[in-house]
Amino acid sequence: MAGHQTYEEQKALVFRGLLILGVITIVEVLIALLAKGHLISGIKFSEGFGHYLYMLLMVAFSLYKAYFIVFYFMHMAYEVRGLVLSVLLPTVLLIWAIIAFFQEGDSWGKRRELIRQKNEEVVKPAPNRPQGLYQLPRTIEYPLTKS
Amino acid sequence: MADTSVAHAHETTAIHQDNGSAWEGAKEPFKASYGKLMMWYFLLSDAFTFAGFLIAYGALRFSTPTWPEADFVFSSFPFVEGHLPLIFVTLMTFILIFSSVTMVRAVQEGHRENKNGVVFWMFLTILGGATFLGCQAYEWTTLIAKEHMTVSENPFSRHIADGIYLNPDSSEARNPDGTLKTFAKGDNYLLHKHDGKFDIPLVKYTSGEYAGQIMEAGLGPKAFGALFFFITGFHGFHVFSGVVFLTIIMINAASGLYVARRNGYEMVEKIGLYWHFVDLVWVFVFLVFYLL
Repeated sequence: MAGHQTYEEQKALVFRGLLILGVITIVEVLIALLAKGHLISGIKFSEGFGHYLYMLLMVAFSLYKAYFIVFYFMHMAYEVRGLVLSVLLPTVLLIWAIIAFFQEGDSWGKRRELIRQKNEEVVKPAPNRPQGLYQLPRTIEYPLTKS
Repeated sequence: MADTSVAHAHETTAIHQDNGSAWEGAKEPFKASYGKLMMWYFLLSDAFTFAGFLIAYGALRFSTPTWPEADFVFSSFPFVEGHLPLIFVTLMTFILIFSSVTMVRAVQEGHRENKNGVVFWMFLTILGGATFLGCQAYEWTTLIAKEHMTVSENPFSRHIADGIYLNPDSSEARNPDGTLKTFAKGDNYLLHKHDGKFDIPLVKYTSGEYAGQIMEAGLGPKAFGALFFFITGFHGFHVFSGVVFLTIIMINAASGLYVARRNGYEMVEKIGLYWHFVDLVWVFVFLVFYLL
């Protein structure tokens, strides 16, 4: 397992990892503060195109951090192909889960007013419907004999 | 058909018998030990659990017209007055990164069969994990005791349109210098609690679909508090379990148990996988709750 690198190389990897993760986190937070207008007053991109760019950037940085942790800290880069695929391929399903549930959430958001109306709606029976129509007549007797 | 399959079965049995101990587990699938492989699959299933929670967060966030902004909600820092947006949670992230790095060192020392190195770096890892939990305790305490956020009540919200604040008698509220108290769409607010009740201000919107109407700028989306405590709590529980297992394995390592096993401190490697996973989950919790 450890045979792939010398001890010195391994130690170098650790400090490279610390540097990469640390720098990315600082950059992420700085961009977040800038985007929300905390760093330079008057500059803010929390709406429209700037906002999408910001979200894309944050997701990309996070995915890179995740890749680094899994492949180098958790040594996925040195495992055999079958193990890598059997762990990573199932996570591809999550892409569909994200698309489907975000779509669903967006739909709830758009139909909020309708959902509220439907919740408050008082359902009255139709005026001319004969009462007891949907009740089973009492005369029906089920066969009690068993073969 | 039946004949060939029987013959084939005989053949495979023969192969396994030739290898001697393939059925006894001497040949490792994917060149990884049983324990390590199962740790990977446990982590995969755990990843799906966390993904489920975070996707639920996304779906609920999309479904509400307004959502509190992280840099407004998470802006306290111990012993410091005033707003320090995201600084404390950045510190927490760094603590977790450091403890992940010390864990890598512990695993490396384990491969060299260096007992003292393993114990030293594991101790630092535990210290990092415990510090992270302490930070989370501070964060939760601030939110619950000071800002009165619970799983069912969330005092943080944002205005859905431009407008002005009103006095309780529906007259226009004014600043001390006589100007109107206005707010813009998207401005954050935190409701304060007095005598067990939230002070909910009256507002009149001047834009949007409710323009001209007098309404209450009430509590924020309930789901925010519930999701926050549930997801960071579940992550914190993972950190806590990690600290417990790290401590057990550190004590075992110190007692020389793994020296006797001569397998390059594989137990340390397995708990290392788990610990990195906790850091990995934090990357996404940090992304979803604090950055987006």
